Amino acid sequence: MATLHTRASARLMMSPAVILLFVWMIVPLAMTLYFSFLSYNLLTPGAHNFIGFTNYYYFLTDPAFLTAIGNTLLIVIGVLLITVIGGILLALVLDQPFWGQGIVRLLVIAPFFVMPTVSALVWKNMFMNPVYGLFAWIARGLGLTPVDWLADVPLFSIILIVAWQWLPFATLILLTALQSLDGEQKEAAEMDGAGAISRFFYIVLPHLSRAITVVILIQTIFLLSVFAEILVTTNGGPGIQSTNLTYLVYAQALLQFDVGGASAGGIVAVILANIVAIFLIRLIGKNLDR
Amino acid sequence: MARATTTRSKITFTVVGWLCGLLLFFPILWTFLTSFKTEGDAIANPPYFLFFHWTLENYAEVQARSDYLHHFLNSVTISVGSTLIGLVIAVPAAWAMAFSPTRRTKDVLMWMLSTKMMPPVGALIPIYLIFRDWGLLDSRIGLTVVLMLINLPIIVWMLYTYFREIPGEILEAARMDGASLAKEIVYVLTPMAIPGIASTLLLNIILAWNEAFWTLNLSTSRAAPLTTFIASYSSPEGLFWAKLSAASTLAIAPILIMGWFSQKQLVRGLTFGAVK
Repeated sequence: MATLHTRASARLMMSPAVILLFVWMIVPLAMTLYFSFLSYNLLTPGAHNFIGFTNYYYFLTDPAFLTAIGNTLLIVIGVLLITVIGGILLALVLDQPFWGQGIVRLLVIAPFFVMPTVSALVWKNMFMNPVYGLFAWIARGLGLTPVDWLADVPLFSIILIVAWQWLPFATLILLTALQSLDGEQKEAAEMDGAGAISRFFYIVLPHLSRAITVVILIQTIFLLSVFAEILVTTNGGPGIQSTNLTYLVYAQALLQFDVGGASAGGIVAVILANIVAIFLIRLIGKNLDR
Repeated sequence: MARATTTRSKITFTVVGWLCGLLLFFPILWTFLTSFKTEGDAIANPPYFLFFHWTLENYAEVQARSDYLHHFLNSVTISVGSTLIGLVIAVPAAWAMAFSPTRRTKDVLMWMLSTKMMPPVGALIPIYLIFRDWGLLDSRIGLTVVLMLINLPIIVWMLYTYFREIPGEILEAARMDGASLAKEIVYVLTPMAIPGIASTLLLNIILAWNEAFWTLNLSTSRAAPLTTFIASYSSPEGLFWAKLSAASTLAIAPILIMGWFSQKQLVRGLTFGAVK
């Protein structure tokens, strides 16, 4: 009796969260799917005809699509490379005892709490401005010609900005994992004459592998949808040089008012993200059992 | 001998560590410093680092010209509101999953996580159209609801990982002593759950405060939180770096301080308990 009662009340306690999330997930997705088969432009009111896969055809054959996919992947891979390698190095440094460790730790994680529009605009203006920016000043000091970052290497600049925001996250997680490493194991290896480098590759790195996987997968979810940084710095330009999939869909929907085409793009983005998500769910699901 | 090496390595790491920390923190420090410069000093070349004419006029101007406080209060309302509503919905759910798990509990948790992986552009168009038709565009209530929904899976997950650490035996002991479910919750479990709930609250306010996809797309002025307000500096006229810096400093300062307090929870919350 008691268990039956508990089970019923448990179900009742869970239902608001479950129902809300279900609606939030299904309704917009179903609508996006539905729109993606319609000829639907906000500028031409009236009938929205069913046009089958035409929107998909146009979206997928648009040269902008391939550029956007390429840019999306470049952002993900570029930021991951910088944050994972930089994160490991930083975590190794922060794991050593030194004076002011606690303060340095706070300094390192700070960029993560800066909202995307602030960090993008601060970098765009005060650092990457080709005339007044700090980078231009440094370049001139070294006798080089200043680079117009966001015009000449827009994608690289965006990768740099986003990497700055995510490096603290990677560092913090890798540091947490590093601190759970058994000190005796390292000591034993040291006594057996293992050098610092082989200790790193044979003991530390394998120990970090799980944390690295978590960092990669979680960052990938967010990095596939980088948006604000592009919107306030380059607007996807010059041309479409820094347009990623998220920005392409946004531009098609809210700048060109092509609901049908943008919806097809949205569905493509969902499919892409799902491929990534399957891996993440498996990984975290495994950890849940432990 | 051993001690000498240790001291030397400690000095080395002190130098390296501080260099890394200051390098990463520099953009924030630079923003902070620039916010006290005159617009002329802000673009001076070579730049002024500390020896410039310090002024507070940018802060006054940001408030006077663009009603900074209005956007700040929008950010507070939306982030705190969405987090509190999220907690009200998530606490019972996480509670039930932690204390009376069934065979399907894990599937439900996994499914909740999977909703977080849906890219926002997949939902942008219908949400935008629904908001337009219902008059929710640029409204605080609309943004609060959306941010609550996108963060709900994280709230449930964080609470679940905290609640799971509360030993079940305490519950049984209370039950044997004849405590009702309501008493059990109020007197036994709540005190033990408060720290977890507080951490979740803190982290989710931070996440909601910095959320910049939905806020940028669904708000323009009336309900615009700081993310949208700052974005309006992307196409300004004239000299604006000092004012941008002042607005930015005010926008990030409260959340940076909260973030420093919640750094431990950050790891747990954002990795869904996979790394603690």
